[in-house]
Amino acid sequence: MLIKKPADIRHSEVTPKHVYLNRRNFLAGIPAAFLGARELLSPSARALAGAKLATAGKSKLSIDEKANSYQEVSTYNNYYEFGTQKDEPAKNSQNFKSSPWTVSVEGYVAKPRKFSLEEIMAIAPLEERVCRHRCVEGWSIVVPWIGYSLSELLKKVEPTNKATFVAFETYWDRKQMPLATPDRAGIPLPYVEGLRLDEAMHPLAMLSFGMFGETLPPQDGAPVRLTVPWKYGFKSIKSIVKIKLVGSMPPTTWNITNAHEYGFYSNVNPKVDHPRWSQASERRLGEFRRRPTLMFNGYGDQVASLYEGMDLKKNY
Amino acid sequence: MLRKPWAKVPVWLLSLTPACWLAWRAYHNDLTANPIEYITHFTGDWAIRFVVITLAITPLRKLLKLPDLIKFRRLLGLFAFFYGTLHFLTWFGLDKFFDIHEILADFAKRRFITMGLLTFLSMIPLAVTSTTGWIRRLGGKRWQRLHKLIYVTGIAAVIHYYWLVKSDIRLPLLYGTLVGLLLLYRIVTQSLARKAKSTPTPKRAAQTA
Repeated sequence: MLIKKPADIRHSEVTPKHVYLNRRNFLAGIPAAFLGARELLSPSARALAGAKLATAGKSKLSIDEKANSYQEVSTYNNYYEFGTQKDEPAKNSQNFKSSPWTVSVEGYVAKPRKFSLEEIMAIAPLEERVCRHRCVEGWSIVVPWIGYSLSELLKKVEPTNKATFVAFETYWDRKQMPLATPDRAGIPLPYVEGLRLDEAMHPLAMLSFGMFGETLPPQDGAPVRLTVPWKYGFKSIKSIVKIKLVGSMPPTTWNITNAHEYGFYSNVNPKVDHPRWSQASERRLGEFRRRPTLMFNGYGDQVASLYEGMDLKKNY
Repeated sequence: MLRKPWAKVPVWLLSLTPACWLAWRAYHNDLTANPIEYITHFTGDWAIRFVVITLAITPLRKLLKLPDLIKFRRLLGLFAFFYGTLHFLTWFGLDKFFDIHEILADFAKRRFITMGLLTFLSMIPLAVTSTTGWIRRLGGKRWQRLHKLIYVTGIAAVIHYYWLVKSDIRLPLLYGTLVGLLLLYRIVTQSLARKAKSTPTPKRAAQTA
């Protein structure tokens, strides 16, 4: 067990809260002193005090690219349940309770069950995996996620031969998410997603519990989310509460919202444009010039075989 | 108070405030994780707001019985052009980095860009002919007809906005409603005026006086 249970830690070992919350100011050095006042007030420095997440090491599936900053990944988010502007999820999700948490695994599995967060985190060793993340809107980031391949969970619950797809559902609660109504969010809720079983079993599909060495902040999908790096970001569903093995293609929120623009597969593909904008280039956050978008977000070697013979223009 | 010589000063200052605020944020490196997107949206928001404000002058003059508001219409319209130009240059220069090839690809593909260009182009003749010199050169009637282009600007701006959002259409709908109401006002008043002209009444001689 890599995560210390509360009983293992003495009270005297606990870092004083004010030191812990301001640790980035010390790390950043002198320049931060000038920005200090502002940093203390910005959402990323203050509230998203994720707990440290120990990992078994770096994943072999990590890409060799410079990661974005924690600030970039935690203050520029699409999580419409907390507001539709990019800075709203960080501001509005401060009090989101991601513990206790239950993930219910159901459907065509030999061993359906509910997992607590601790139980689901313990299924396989946690590794740090640096992945590209490409939003359908045309921006991208590189994130050092912490988690394990989704296939580890699926192997444990043993999908039956009736299972051909995996359906996912996000947490939805009007009390914790006052802005989470379909007309304010612009999408039907609760947020749902899905993968074909072979996609879900691919080692690159990942259950993520943390990023940048810590547990996820709410705006990035605490406490557990999907990371499917070869597909557009909206398929990497956040704050998972349900995983169901099903026998037919499950509904997915953006496809329900606008089927003409968002399909089921949503593989990153510079040759298949969004009806209203080109997908040939993207803006990596922090960079000035745009960069060309890569087929399957650069994971073509590993995933192209999943789609052999498929017309990717039709199956967008 | 509207007639005081310094009346335009506060309007100038207020109109420059968004640009100053943006410059302040840029200086403090506080332009979010995607600065180019933020600047584009910020300048676009203010461009359409100034278009709406400019379109509101004529109805407000009549409804509030404040004819002196006309003093500020050119100023506000030019600020719409100012923010529209910043918005266009951000896309043209910062986003596309003056790459003509990419820009042309954008027009072909992204129809909301084409609509945005139409909006911007419609403002250029208005800005150029905004001076009293040009009112004289064109003559009042021709100038007034040319400046009805602002209706095109308003409609095109709303469509541009509506076509670019992913799912949250509340703001485009709001601006659409405002522009719609301001245009409806003109339709109603102009058709009433035409009716009054074409209806022969004994009172008419006194009315036209």
